[in-house]
Amino acid sequence: MHPQRKRRLYGVLFIVIGVSIATALTMTAFRENLLFFFSPSQIVAGEAPLERNFRVGGLVVEGSVRREQDSTEVSFELTDGAHEVRVFYDGILPDLFREGQGIVAVGRLGEDQVLRASQVLAKHDENYMPPEVAEALKAAGKMPQHEMKRYQKDGYTRDKGDNKGYPDRQ
Amino acid sequence: MFRYLHEWGSPPVFYARAGRWQRGLWALSALLMLAGLWGGLVLAPVDYEQGEVYRIIYIHVPAAWVAMFAYVVMATTGAIGLIWRLKVAEVITSAGARVGASFTLLALATGAIWGQPTWGTWWVWDARLTSVLVLLFLYLGFIALENAIEDRRSAARACAILALVGVVNIPIIHFSVYWWNTLHQGPTVARLSAPAIHISMLVPLLLMALGSMLFYAGALLSWARALMLERERSSRWAAREVNT
Repeated sequence: MHPQRKRRLYGVLFIVIGVSIATALTMTAFRENLLFFFSPSQIVAGEAPLERNFRVGGLVVEGSVRREQDSTEVSFELTDGAHEVRVFYDGILPDLFREGQGIVAVGRLGEDQVLRASQVLAKHDENYMPPEVAEALKAAGKMPQHEMKRYQKDGYTRDKGDNKGYPDRQ
Repeated sequence: MFRYLHEWGSPPVFYARAGRWQRGLWALSALLMLAGLWGGLVLAPVDYEQGEVYRIIYIHVPAAWVAMFAYVVMATTGAIGLIWRLKVAEVITSAGARVGASFTLLALATGAIWGQPTWGTWWVWDARLTSVLVLLFLYLGFIALENAIEDRRSAARACAILALVGVVNIPIIHFSVYWWNTLHQGPTVARLSAPAIHISMLVPLLLMALGSMLFYAGALLSWARALMLERERSSRWAAREVNT
């Protein structure tokens, strides 16, 4: 290779590698601040902010949804498998809201440890299938569960070592 | 073989050959996309949880894949242009920014349209959505930088460096759903284990993805030809092309 071109090639590699390292360091440093939502365990442990709005993510506990008559007030519990937190919400729930579904609620934590949500978002998972297949899987007990791990603190980073960042590799 | 590849580096040869290639790419892309749309919108069943709304996947996911793929191509041709100072590589890079930006915008728009009924919001600042927005800004920044520099050759060099710096965003987009808690779900298809989508829904998706890829390639060549003609307007071959 022409020496001048070789020098330019090294320049290109230097830019790519340098920027990658800088970004990796920055992201490691800011990891905690980039959390989109807190888990119920973190709230129980008192890690969630008290003075401002934040998001909490988890699965809606089966049988925990309580609706008020003649109003849109609803309350339900979110779990990450370890701890639960009760959420109170007055508004229209997204279509996908149901028991066992992954939910992200935005709100403020009261002194009674109940989250007063101003917004409730449904989190969809990566599974797509026709209703008949879903019925068959449910009957056989093989329905993919909404991944509890998704809502546990650092659930996805813990098994990064042997899976190269892909948690669902079997 | 090497000679054939080498000839692509010549602007008039590129102009003529790319013109032939783009027609084939577009024809094949139209066939695949028609088959994919028919399969996705008519033949594929409804989703057990989302109902009909999931069908936007047939636009959204291919658009997002192409948006990321286009960036990698743009950075690669940018590096080639930077190292070998090939005019063809330079015009393909700047054409790539335009096509890539369009696909990114499409992915963001269709995502928002899907998010409103499914999540309950058009937009959230989670890691996936934000990193894709950064991708759009990288593309737009490339175009803006190119327009800000008068001399074409130095503009191409500056833009190639910007493209290379931004390539770090691509793995961030892909892994964002693993590294952070996001509202956006994890990958259904682009993962190491088996796709989490029923085969009847997957086949049209792959047809649409391949069709979009070829559409991207056709659009890239078409745009690169136009840029090449404009850049070489004072040359004899360009005058000949315009007058015939």
